[in-house]
Amino acid sequence: MILVWPVIIPLAAATLLLLLRKWDGLVRWGSVAFAVALLFAGVVLLDTVLRDGPVAAQLGGWAAPFGITLVADLLSAAMVLITGIVAVAVTIYGLTEIDRTEGWHGHHALVHALLAGVCGAFLTGDIFNLYVWFEVMLIASFGLLVVGGTKKQADGAVKYVGLNLIATLAFLSGVGLLYGIAGTLNMADLGLRLEGRQEETAVLVSAVLLLFAFGAKAAMFPVFFWLPASYHTPSVTTSALFSALLTKVGVYALIRVFTLIYDLDVPLIQSILLYGAILTMVVGVLGAAAQNHFRRILSFHIISQIGYMVLGLALATPAAMLGAIFYLFHHIIVKANLFLIAGAARRMTGSEELKLTGGLYAARPLLAVLFLIPAFSLAGIPPLSGFWAKFLIVDAGLQLRDWLSVIAALGVGLLTIYSMSKIWLEVFWKPHPDGPDAVMGKVPLPMLLPIIALAILTLVIGLAAGIFVDAALVATEQILNPEAYIEAVLGAN
Amino acid sequence: MNSSLILRTGTRALVPVFLLVAILVLLRGHNEPGGGFIGGLLAAICVALYEKAFGVDEARRWLRLPPMTIAGIGLAAALLGGLWGVVEHGMFLTGVWPLYEYGPDGWTGWPVGSVLLFDTGVFLVVVGVVAAILFALEEAGIPEDRPEDGEEHS
Repeated sequence: MILVWPVIIPLAAATLLLLLRKWDGLVRWGSVAFAVALLFAGVVLLDTVLRDGPVAAQLGGWAAPFGITLVADLLSAAMVLITGIVAVAVTIYGLTEIDRTEGWHGHHALVHALLAGVCGAFLTGDIFNLYVWFEVMLIASFGLLVVGGTKKQADGAVKYVGLNLIATLAFLSGVGLLYGIAGTLNMADLGLRLEGRQEETAVLVSAVLLLFAFGAKAAMFPVFFWLPASYHTPSVTTSALFSALLTKVGVYALIRVFTLIYDLDVPLIQSILLYGAILTMVVGVLGAAAQNHFRRILSFHIISQIGYMVLGLALATPAAMLGAIFYLFHHIIVKANLFLIAGAARRMTGSEELKLTGGLYAARPLLAVLFLIPAFSLAGIPPLSGFWAKFLIVDAGLQLRDWLSVIAALGVGLLTIYSMSKIWLEVFWKPHPDGPDAVMGKVPLPMLLPIIALAILTLVIGLAAGIFVDAALVATEQILNPEAYIEAVLGAN
Repeated sequence: MNSSLILRTGTRALVPVFLLVAILVLLRGHNEPGGGFIGGLLAAICVALYEKAFGVDEARRWLRLPPMTIAGIGLAAALLGGLWGVVEHGMFLTGVWPLYEYGPDGWTGWPVGSVLLFDTGVFLVVVGVVAAILFALEEAGIPEDRPEDGEEHS
């Protein structure tokens, strides 16, 4: 049952918050309470996995590979925990940001439906169920995008859903093909049955279909444009939640499927991943450099950072995989925090357009310092968490003497500093165009607390990087040697 | 009302038939192809037909409950169906059939239990969500209750 709670808690939350959505205050605090419960379930799960190794549960009591399998190795468990952290941060932030109308339209229930989809995707051991959880996420995120009811949001949501539907269709086709080839959908079982058949045409086609689907979910080049089209339109709470989790589920699925089911040393797959990753990094960061809107810059940065993670996967050495996993964790915390800060800055200065903002450093120095921590971390400045993440990836590239990816990783890092300093100069440093009195109001406590907590977490990951790298090392070993994972699912035989 | 007489008359005749088929498919799904999802989609056709023939307001009245509340009730039923298995067998989603027993005459009684509860829940979720989306799209032409935000900045 320990595996089931991270899915049941958000589902129960979505149910109750949906039925009680008229009681605004109750639903707001209920949302926070359920998020805390999810965080607690994540802690318990991670603790179990750290002690006992991968654990599995068969829902409905039917044995794998026939039943509904939930399984957690260290990567899954850590992703669930970090989902809990983001959930708490975002729901507390939403206490002040989400207005009554959005609450009445079901914002809080949709947040938890999304969390259920995310946790389900991290924990499922069955590739068709992975598809189902992706659909749950898609429907919930579509609801969250349009819940504010403005034209701009509907426009972003249509682009978002359009491309994502094509991706899920490719996903479903790939899954169908896999089922035709191997006669099973259980991922551990698939891994066993496809051993030695990786070069078959049908297997390769299914791999490319899944690669396209997960690549689109992760916002890789050239199928990323749904992300900058939609992430800046909804409430900040929603876009922080999206930026932290949605693309990362895509990266997680890539890591899981291309280590457990497919071999990465098939040249076709590896070269698509490698060049896709490098192009994603470069295009994302160039896109960010061309933007002049706080959340749009951040959106393009998600894309370039996704490139780093996929690069780690594509290089396929243990060191590179370690870098990718460490990057995944660091990025979720930092990115969510930057979006939350963008929301606070908009509240103070009245806009997200860089030229219409300013004066925040003079008026709200604490917020400025809190911005610098995740911003420097994202750019990879030591000793913050982003430095270690980039260092691990670049180091893995150097070991392989893969100069192209090393140069790309370092160059993109430099350009990241450029657009972070653009935000700094425009929003914080230069005086506000309407004079110093234009910066109004204080950052409300429910907004400030999550920002501080995530900034502290960024500092901790950076300063105590050894502990986190060691944990990521264990996760990498479990990913690259999935025997324990397969045994947990199928039993020893 | 600007829909045709044929559509309105046809709807009155077809909706009960569709609903019956939907429930039949829901029950059939217990051991054969079918189930709550596809049954729910069939039932959602009734909502769509009714809405096209008589308008959104009339369809809302016909449903009695707001669509999202129907979806919420369905979600609650599905969850309870799953948790019932936890109570009886210690695992989420395990089937429980309190009225179905195995004896000397083979299986006797009614195969009704947690699985049907779960499937009915799925049925209601699908009906509720499809109706909510449909009504929202239909009402999109009505002026919004909120001012546009952000347009002046971009």
